[in-house]
Amino acid sequence: MKISRRDLFVKLGKGAAYVAVLASLPKIAWAKWNAKAFASTDLKAAIEAKYGNMSISDSDKVILDAPEIAENGSVVPITVSSSLPNVSSMSIFVEKNPTPLVTSFAMGKNSINEVSIRIRMGTTSNVVLLVEADGKLHRAQQEVKVTIGGCGG
Amino acid sequence: MKVKVKAKEKDGVVKAKVLIKHAMETGRRKDKKGVIIPAHHVTEVKAEYKGATIFSAEFGAGVSKDPFVKFQFKGKAGDQVSVSATDNKGQTGKSEATIK
Amino acid sequence: MKRLTILCAALTTVFTAVANASSDKYDKKVAQDIAKYRTFFANKFPNVKNFGEYKDGVYAIDAKAREQWIEIEDFPPYELSIDEGKELFEKPFANGKTYASCFKNGGINIRHNYPHFDTKTNQVMTLELAINNCRTSNGEKPLGYKKGKIAALSAYMASTSREQKFNVKVPNEAAYKAYLDGKKFFYSKRGQLNLACSDCHMAITGSKLRADIPGPAIGHATGFPVYRSKWGELGTLHRRYGGCNKNVRAKPFKAQSAEYRNLEYFQTLMSQDMDINGPSVRK
Repeated sequence: MKISRRDLFVKLGKGAAYVAVLASLPKIAWAKWNAKAFASTDLKAAIEAKYGNMSISDSDKVILDAPEIAENGSVVPITVSSSLPNVSSMSIFVEKNPTPLVTSFAMGKNSINEVSIRIRMGTTSNVVLLVEADGKLHRAQQEVKVTIGGCGG
Repeated sequence: MKVKVKAKEKDGVVKAKVLIKHAMETGRRKDKKGVIIPAHHVTEVKAEYKGATIFSAEFGAGVSKDPFVKFQFKGKAGDQVSVSATDNKGQTGKSEATIK
Repeated sequence: MKRLTILCAALTTVFTAVANASSDKYDKKVAQDIAKYRTFFANKFPNVKNFGEYKDGVYAIDAKAREQWIEIEDFPPYELSIDEGKELFEKPFANGKTYASCFKNGGINIRHNYPHFDTKTNQVMTLELAINNCRTSNGEKPLGYKKGKIAALSAYMASTSREQKFNVKVPNEAAYKAYLDGKKFFYSKRGQLNLACSDCHMAITGSKLRADIPGPAIGHATGFPVYRSKWGELGTLHRRYGGCNKNVRAKPFKAQSAEYRNLEYFQTLMSQDMDINGPSVRK
């Protein structure tokens, strides 16, 4: 039975198969890679898998620094930061990526809440930053344009 | 897995940069014969300072090839920061740097 | 006897002066072309104050792309390849010798001497060609010219020459011919799309060509080998030449063919006095 990649990922997102992925992960003490969240193909589902039903509100104390137009969709430099107290995690989602959850950072008590990373974007999309602090999610988002059809080779 | 770390301190804040050599295969790419290349990407990165985890990150396939991450923490020059990474096939890499 | 010695000395001085004058002759001709080239770009981009800035390619003329580029260059992905290149460079061949034995100064801080016109073999000698010549003369198989190990070696060697400037000479008529050949290639239309290098990299540079802004041709040679975000790895100049030719639907030449080496010679002369800043990240 032929299965399209999209269907495969939908199935993974829907729960059964991810258990197999989880079981195959190496047993390292601190391994807690959230397979379900990373396999979700839908922004809402990915957020829910990562953070459950935590409330989300937009906040200007949470900053997403991303280019307006990505020079190349394979390497988009992003910096996320927050001036909120008690930040426990910061997560980056690209809404239109096949699997929206790109990365999640766990912050410690001696962390400074600013992290830079280079991400992949398949197409023009909203990039969403969620910062978890005191049991609530604080959001910043921005559209990043990705052009295709340049000078390849 | 090759991991490279650089760290610099200024006014009590350490800026640490990490570069990891990794193909970060998404599991959606096909090879020349049309066969899907299986997903193979870094899943976790963990940084330790003075025996405690100072920062950790979970990566999905949406992180760029040869992943880069830069993070900051309170610390001082002369100390060591070590970074380890693992991928979905259980391969690991580790590196240390003296904070400049 | 003394008069004979003085006569010989005088003649030698005269001959040397004549020889120097004629060995300068082609350098001077090319210098005129270089001046015209620089003037063209100075007129096209009045905000770029000094031709040396073009070593950054398109990032000298596209401020927003430059911001992203500077962020990436903070800890660029090619650093891993430089380390790899250093290991490869230092590893001895089966016969015990190393790359250092083939190059001046042990191969360190010499990248800016390539390409040059080799008057012994009467051809343009590029760094990659020299690397493979070193291998084959030491009983090793040559490397592919576009990516992988050759690019890592070239990247390591380039990294030891950072901020040196190109100072390419045109020593004789054969060299001048190679230069003219490369120049002709640069300005000739080719492929189904009937475009010349100069169309995109002189006429259109600064404007959008489909979704990209092509970079200015001046300074093209300084940043190679490049880690192209599109490739996700390092690639050599000749890899890019082949890719660009394919982009205009022209059949590419082989990497390190005479055509591409002459083109590299022309492009490097047009980048005269510019800093080496390879390897670099480009889109």
